[in-house]
Amino acid sequence: MCLAVPMRLVERDGDRGTVELSGVRREVHLGFVPDLALGDYVLVHAGFVIEKLDTERAEEDLRLLSILLDDPAPEKES
Amino acid sequence: MSVSSSDSPSAAFADPARCAALRREIEKTASGGPPITLMEVCGTHTTALFRFGLREMLPPEVRVISGPGCPVCVTPTAYIDLALRLLDEPRLALVTFGDMMRVPGSRSSLERRRARGGRVEVVYSALDALALAAAEPQTRFVFLAVGFETTAPGSALLLRAIAERRIANLYLLVAHKLVPPALEALLGRPDLRVDGLILPGHVSVILGTEVYRPIAERHGVPGVVCGFEPVDLLSGILELVRMRRDGTAAIVNRYGRAVTPQGNRLARASLSEWFLEEDAEWRGLGPIPGSGLRLRPEFSSYDGLGLLPPSEIRKVEEAVRDHEGCRCGDVLCGTVAPPECPLFGEVCTPENPIGACMVSTEGTCAAYFKYARGWSGGVR
Amino acid sequence: MILLAHGAGGRMTGRLVREIFLRHFSNEALARLEDAACLSAGAARIAFTTDSFVVTPIVFPGGDLGKLSICGTVNDLAVMGARPIALSAGFVIEEGLPMATLDRIAASMQAVCAEIGVPVVTGDTKVVERGSCDQVFINTAGVGLLEEPLPQGAAAVRPGDRVIVSGGIADHGIAVMAARNDLRFETTIESDCAPVLSATRALLESGAAVRWMRDPTRGGIATTLCELTSGAPFAIEIAEERIPLRPAVLALAEILGLDTLYVPSEGRFLAVVDAADVDRALAALRADPAGRESVEIGEVIADPPGRLLLRTRIGGHRILDMLTGDQLPRIC
Repeated sequence: MCLAVPMRLVERDGDRGTVELSGVRREVHLGFVPDLALGDYVLVHAGFVIEKLDTERAEEDLRLLSILLDDPAPEKES
Repeated sequence: MSVSSSDSPSAAFADPARCAALRREIEKTASGGPPITLMEVCGTHTTALFRFGLREMLPPEVRVISGPGCPVCVTPTAYIDLALRLLDEPRLALVTFGDMMRVPGSRSSLERRRARGGRVEVVYSALDALALAAAEPQTRFVFLAVGFETTAPGSALLLRAIAERRIANLYLLVAHKLVPPALEALLGRPDLRVDGLILPGHVSVILGTEVYRPIAERHGVPGVVCGFEPVDLLSGILELVRMRRDGTAAIVNRYGRAVTPQGNRLARASLSEWFLEEDAEWRGLGPIPGSGLRLRPEFSSYDGLGLLPPSEIRKVEEAVRDHEGCRCGDVLCGTVAPPECPLFGEVCTPENPIGACMVSTEGTCAAYFKYARGWSGGVR
Repeated sequence: MILLAHGAGGRMTGRLVREIFLRHFSNEALARLEDAACLSAGAARIAFTTDSFVVTPIVFPGGDLGKLSICGTVNDLAVMGARPIALSAGFVIEEGLPMATLDRIAASMQAVCAEIGVPVVTGDTKVVERGSCDQVFINTAGVGLLEEPLPQGAAAVRPGDRVIVSGGIADHGIAVMAARNDLRFETTIESDCAPVLSATRALLESGAAVRWMRDPTRGGIATTLCELTSGAPFAIEIAEERIPLRPAVLALAEILGLDTLYVPSEGRFLAVVDAADVDRALAALRADPAGRESVEIGEVIADPPGRLLLRTRIGGHRILDMLTGDQLPRIC
């Protein structure tokens, strides 16, 4: 059961925070991922943060994928 | 899934050029080899494969079948019957995720019951039940606590709030389900022929990847933890095809931006704080040992079942009417095609679903009913 | 028993209409099941339609029940190619409704009427006991003149024709869902609720060969296009990346697990035009405020007959069926 969407943390007050995606905002619970800074991308599921998204790892995975596929796509994102 | 908000770290994982390259690589790797059957075991993967049109992008050697679907779809009839029985109590409202509304009980569903005047509130978050309960102290609210390991920590947060704030009119009816025991049970079926598992990304955020290793080793089946963008799924499928070709059965993480080897320890700790594992019934699959969560006995005062006398609970359970002949388990294993089930298309339709494969909107039977009847051949 | 899903405009609504209403009211004008019935009145050809409006909340970002009730009926006439000449309005009001709310609703209705130059010429009011309805229900009916240029009709649709949508989809359904306090989202999404009459006129008068027009309200663009392809000797393929969608609408739809292809709009329409005329059609539409964002989203093809296909962003294909039941927020 697993609809979780990456959203950006824009406000925080203890265990409570506000996340945002394309102008849509929602209050969420941060209790399971306390180590967060404003601006972090987090995965939100049913009103609570389940993980911080590792953007460096995302880039690294894409880089490895490009090498593996010998694929010229990545310039688009740089 | 594909929220291609341009600055989201997931946007690049929906890139069509990467998808095309992955597709070619899968074709190359699978070509000339034996047919490969992969299974996804997460309802959101089922939907994603379908929404992106990924299945028909795969070469004929690679087939992806759908597992039991989401934890809501596998909620057994008895649970729905008990929830509906609770609605007979005065000044009582149910609080639920929208997914539950059409899951059938023996004689009705939450949607049908609401049409007849039962009060059922649809929420986005378990924690939204708090505001409902605070606004109406005279009404008892029962939250239908369903979902896999991803969702169960939300129920734990709700329980903590109820306990800390001493909320007297909010309860949970708990039927959380656990993925690893279900995988174990599925792979243990002698008739299931699966060459690789697409493992659920957001369940794995909580559980980590290590939990799957013993299962892969025991059954000799590789698994890849996948995210929900098309590049995530295609690169996972490629990895599984490669492992099959090379004869390895490892667990690989292709959702590294969200999933760690150990998972989210705080979320898992909250589960053991409030819940105990128990044997649980899965719609279409039957009982699976250790595959469910129930409230720890010391927290029984928060149990929605406590609002009914034990004799009433027994009465409801004795009156449960499951449709004889549902072949969901066999459909999942691929030994029976949906039309071979005696209920398919007659008793069991997307509007009146019986088994989990039909309850899930993109489950094997629902998809077959909507898209395959009266039309054969590929879409190309 | 009637369920909410019977009113959602999908498969279940279709069955209800066939099995109850069509069976009892069977006649030639109704049997076409178009957005408006086409009738002869003396020498004139007229289009006649009716629609009832209930929405919670009755005031939502970008509109209210009053605006919706006029736009809905006017748009049903507009997509038939008719020029609306007069409207009726019937109100079922719950005892206790604040007078100011009713005043606001009536003012919104008149604002649209003034914009398009079509008056409400007759009406009715009923007040019912508290609890017998939810604040206020409105029924509107409209009559329009059918004069050339008119759409050629669904039977004229043929492979090669192009499909146009007049703007971003799903704004209305998502705005209304976001405005329901119980889901607790903050957004700036506004309903697209608006009359499309000026745009349908502009399209017809451009001289483009217009085969068919429809407004994608209940059931969204997928259900509306399925109604055209269902049982037809052709298929339609639409391209996902061409379908206009506001980022915030997409974001909330993804968060709640809703498929925007099935979410209603209330100020958009779909048109099928001859391929040779597509540039002319788009130019005429884009020159009109109600059609400014018009784009071509797909094509009529030969195979597989009766089907609606979506070519996905990554080059896959998906068959689109009619909506089954109402879409609910989901978490899996």
